[in-house]
Amino acid sequence: MNQRVEVAAPVVAAGSDDARGRPIKIVNRDVNVWYGDKRALHDVSIDIPDRAVTAFIGPSGCGKSTFLRCMNRMNDTIPSARVTGTIEIDGQDIHDRSLDVVQLRARVGMVFQKPNPFAKSIYENVAYGPRIHGLARSKAELDAIVEQSLKRAALWDEAKDRLSQPGTGLSGGQQQRLCIARAIAVDPEVILMDEPASALDPIATARIEDLIDELRQNYTIVIVTHNMQQAARVSQRTAFFHLGKLVEEASTERMFTAPRDKRTQDYITGRFG
Amino acid sequence: MREKAVEIVLFLCAASSVVITIAIVGVLVYESLAFFRSVPLILFLTDTVWTPLFANPRYGILPLLNGTLLTTLVALCVAGPLGLVAAVYLSEFAAPRVREIVKPTLELLSGVPTVVYGFFALLFVTPLLQKVIPGLPGFNVLSAGIVMGIMIIPYIASLSEDAMRAVPQGLRDGSLALGATRLETAFRVVLPTAISGVAAAFVLGISRAVGETMVVAIAAGQQPNLTLDPREPAATITAYIVQVALGDLPHGSIGYQTIFAAGLTLLLITLIFNILAFWLRARFREAY
Ligand SMILES: Nc1ncnc2c1ncn2[C@@H]1O[C@H](COP(=O)(O)OP(=O)(O)O)[C@@H](O)[C@H]1O
Ligand SMILES: [Mg+2]
Repeated sequence: MNQRVEVAAPVVAAGSDDARGRPIKIVNRDVNVWYGDKRALHDVSIDIPDRAVTAFIGPSGCGKSTFLRCMNRMNDTIPSARVTGTIEIDGQDIHDRSLDVVQLRARVGMVFQKPNPFAKSIYENVAYGPRIHGLARSKAELDAIVEQSLKRAALWDEAKDRLSQPGTGLSGGQQQRLCIARAIAVDPEVILMDEPASALDPIATARIEDLIDELRQNYTIVIVTHNMQQAARVSQRTAFFHLGKLVEEASTERMFTAPRDKRTQDYITGRFG
Repeated sequence: MREKAVEIVLFLCAASSVVITIAIVGVLVYESLAFFRSVPLILFLTDTVWTPLFANPRYGILPLLNGTLLTTLVALCVAGPLGLVAAVYLSEFAAPRVREIVKPTLELLSGVPTVVYGFFALLFVTPLLQKVIPGLPGFNVLSAGIVMGIMIIPYIASLSEDAMRAVPQGLRDGSLALGATRLETAFRVVLPTAISGVAAAFVLGISRAVGETMVVAIAAGQQPNLTLDPREPAATITAYIVQVALGDLPHGSIGYQTIFAAGLTLLLITLIFNILAFWLRARFREAY
């Protein structure tokens, strides 16, 4: 696991059942994160397969969100945070000086734990990213992007008659799908989701899970969840974190049927966390 | 027993301030009513000349109102953009250490006596402006308005910054994660979200400018002048009130009563602005 990977020629995710045969999208090698003097992540190395769902599980405070935020460099926005190690997306080092973080974040979208629609209309929420990146040359093009994104986020039917109404007026589950649509609108390759359903009721959660399952046709998805049933339902690969370390990583099926590490076993059987 | 006594004393102190305020408004209204028995309200509001102390007096408040609003407009042109930029910088860009120093300094600035600003306008800004604008009179609206604007920058900046800082971090993260820069995030997400709070800050700044006295009394001249040209001198409601109140008017005379009519007008204007600000802030709180 820790040996150096040849990045130029994408490797096949080893040991994966459902994600088998998928090229690697993101290669993480020896990623460490410090918040000030406090080390939050210890030498994390993991490959994220393309167009599949990878779940991060583990007890609260073990560094799942921290690691997720490494992959779109959102930790840059936290003054005390310091990241070391190599992260490559399609073979490109995301810490490379020549790489524009604005472009990186357009390629790697993010959905947050608490739905955070802007205080704008539903339409403007989705149109925000495309406007920033100048993706539409005309109003008609923008309309098309908005419609397409809302459709992909399974929100179009509920939103099409109220596009000019505030996004904050939607229900929690709808708001979260709006945030997914907003991320999709800039045409990302990867979508990072940090406990996207933890603030939602079971019905809204089920809808989000169905949506994630659909989205993996087109996107590489990494989802943080503290809900193991959710990880089992939506992901093809699962990684278990504990105390800032990546303990074990495998196909979801194997992870939940035959975990190798004692700590993983304990966590999955509910003995701690 | 002792507790009770303390409570009663405190209550009386609190009550007295309310009673005094009501009494002041009462006197204003009472004396104004006496004024409006001799001068019809319609004339007061529509006549374009204000010469209450002349041999054939005219009582049109418009020139004073105009002077007040014109200086306020100039002040807003200065304080609006600068205050907003300062607020955006402090809220979205300044390092916490910088903010910790700048914010209290700004608030300290509002403690500078306004008479100091008045002389600053008259003795420094006006001569400077006269170099740029030939023929600018020694007393003019422009200079007073600019300095008044400088005076309310800290106020607008500080209140706007409060409103912007109240915007949840999650919205900034959402914007940054979409690839927006910090500048785009500040102006396209944070500012629009905080807009009612920022508008309230502006309105309170305006209300302050409207009620401001010393700067205009010193630097804008004291002739009522119905003009839209900020290069001319003009009197504001407040400037008129100090000017006349310092004079020696017989109690109960109509000249004496004009002070109260003008004062009541001023009170109503600032009241309207303050209610507007209150309403805007309530809206902002509702949203977040
Ligand atoms: N902004 C921050 N500043 C300082 N410490 C942080 C910050 N964010 C997270 N941490 C710390 O890093 C560790 C990992 O946190 P996090 O990644 O949020 O865990 P998880 O998402 O698995 O619950 C925790 O100990 C947390 O207290
Ligand atoms: Mg977390």
